[in-house]
Amino acid sequence: RGGEEEEEVEEGWHQLYPGHIPTSPLQKALLAAGSAVMALYNPYRHDMVAVLGETTGCLALPNLRDKMKNHPEGYRILQERPRIRLSTLDMARLRGLPDGSLGREYVRFLEDNKVSPDTRMPPKFVDDEELAYVIQRYREVHDLMHTLLGMPTNMLGEVVVKWFEAVQTGLPMCVLGAAFGPVRLSARKLQVLATELVPWAIRSGLNASCILNVYYEQRWEQPVESLREEIGIFPPP
Amino acid sequence: VRLCRCRCRALLSRSAGVLRALRGLAAGPEMHFGFQTVTEAERREKIYQVFESVAKKYDVMNDSMTLGIHRVWKDILMHKMNPSPGTLLLDVAGGTGDVAFRFINYVRSVRERQLQRKLKHHQNLSWQEIFDSYQKDKFNSLGDSQVVVCDINREMLKVGKQKAQHLGYCEGLSWVLGNAEELPFDDDKFDVYTIAFGIRNVTRIDLALQEAYRVLKPGGRFLCLEFSHVSNPLLSRLYDLYSFQVIPVLGEVIAGDWKSYQYLVESIRRFPPQEELKAMIEDAGFFRVDYENLNFGIVAIHSGFKL
Repeated sequence: RGGEEEEEVEEGWHQLYPGHIPTSPLQKALLAAGSAVMALYNPYRHDMVAVLGETTGCLALPNLRDKMKNHPEGYRILQERPRIRLSTLDMARLRGLPDGSLGREYVRFLEDNKVSPDTRMPPKFVDDEELAYVIQRYREVHDLMHTLLGMPTNMLGEVVVKWFEAVQTGLPMCVLGAAFGPVRLSARKLQVLATELVPWAIRSGLNASCILNVYYEQRWEQPVESLREEIGIFPPP
Repeated sequence: VRLCRCRCRALLSRSAGVLRALRGLAAGPEMHFGFQTVTEAERREKIYQVFESVAKKYDVMNDSMTLGIHRVWKDILMHKMNPSPGTLLLDVAGGTGDVAFRFINYVRSVRERQLQRKLKHHQNLSWQEIFDSYQKDKFNSLGDSQVVVCDINREMLKVGKQKAQHLGYCEGLSWVLGNAEELPFDDDKFDVYTIAFGIRNVTRIDLALQEAYRVLKPGGRFLCLEFSHVSNPLLSRLYDLYSFQVIPVLGEVIAGDWKSYQYLVESIRRFPPQEELKAMIEDAGFFRVDYENLNFGIVAIHSGFKL
């Protein structure tokens, strides 16, 4: 029985990119459900949030990819496939940039919140190599979103960024995160969220051009304010 | 089911194939690691890594994957063994201690019943004599039974020791790092040898069986609890569907580790079926070799005696 199955093996299974795990529709459905439950049960399971994004992004990701293809800067990003990682960033140079510039503020954000761009999960369950890059790019740009929106990495800040991303990308994971994230916030924070932050995030998200169409690595020197204006993000409250 | 077959295969990229061909001559015979083909050395390494990474979530995953039924299987193993106080058990690949703890519980309860029966027969003794007999037996709640847990993987042993401490098992329990293919024990030492869900991961099953024979006392019993083959076609398809579709997902969601659980279900399919394993056990020198299917063959307990 083992031998006969072996012959079928080679054709059915192929890895499209390193780390890719091909999954059947049933497995994707189970993963989506399981990761959603686990992410709610244990918010520290960032890998579950990532898996949820991958398994539910089948409509939103091609959409994003097309937006990128149809934009000159986004197209270049798809061609060149830049990665935001500690090994590719020149931290010393960024730290040396003037205050208010994207590079300086980004490094400040990383240090203040004690986060690193290297902790982003590589995609596993996306069955298209280009879409896998798109979701990877979205993850790596997330910290830059924090910087542009001026939001810290606490629960409140993350929820605000999720609202912005939900409007921008349409990824179901962002929508779910935006909707369920506030569940764990105190009443006072919820009020601030509902009255000021979320409306602002939504307005900015709708007004702004696609955030994946910005080649951030070539704009470290640009002041944050100017970049905000260019993209269409309203100043944070 | 076809979907399962096409989907659930290991990766075999071209470059790995070339490397393997080059290393093939030096590194030894080809073996299976789940559905992948690897050398013997690679297999040992990969399996070690699998258990290193799953160790902490091993018990949780067992409960989720089998919906808690693995506990019943292990209980049945213990009842089949029916150890009496004074038994010396070697539990190989015993990692997190499930079989060892059950052994201790079983022997303790048998011992208690023994003591109760003794008391009943001594009802004509004086209070002093009864009290004295308590003293003698009090420090012998296990009746000199002992279990040695042997595992090749440090992480699994670590988890087992922590569990033992947490659950309060200290008497009659030893933890030894060792390889089933080359046990660090002398000949003719143990009354019973068990290997529960471990023999599947051994690279040279024949060597492990020979070692089992060697370390058992004459009259000793070999017991193996392992996943086996389901012959009923309908059940087999459902079982395949569940194994290949659900279990890796559970692995990813609960333990954050798809690959190890993919390996698990593949290794079950690769393992020899009931009759073949029985023949291998007989080859190692055991007599009265027999097996009992649990849950239609999802799991089987093989038993043999050294005479």
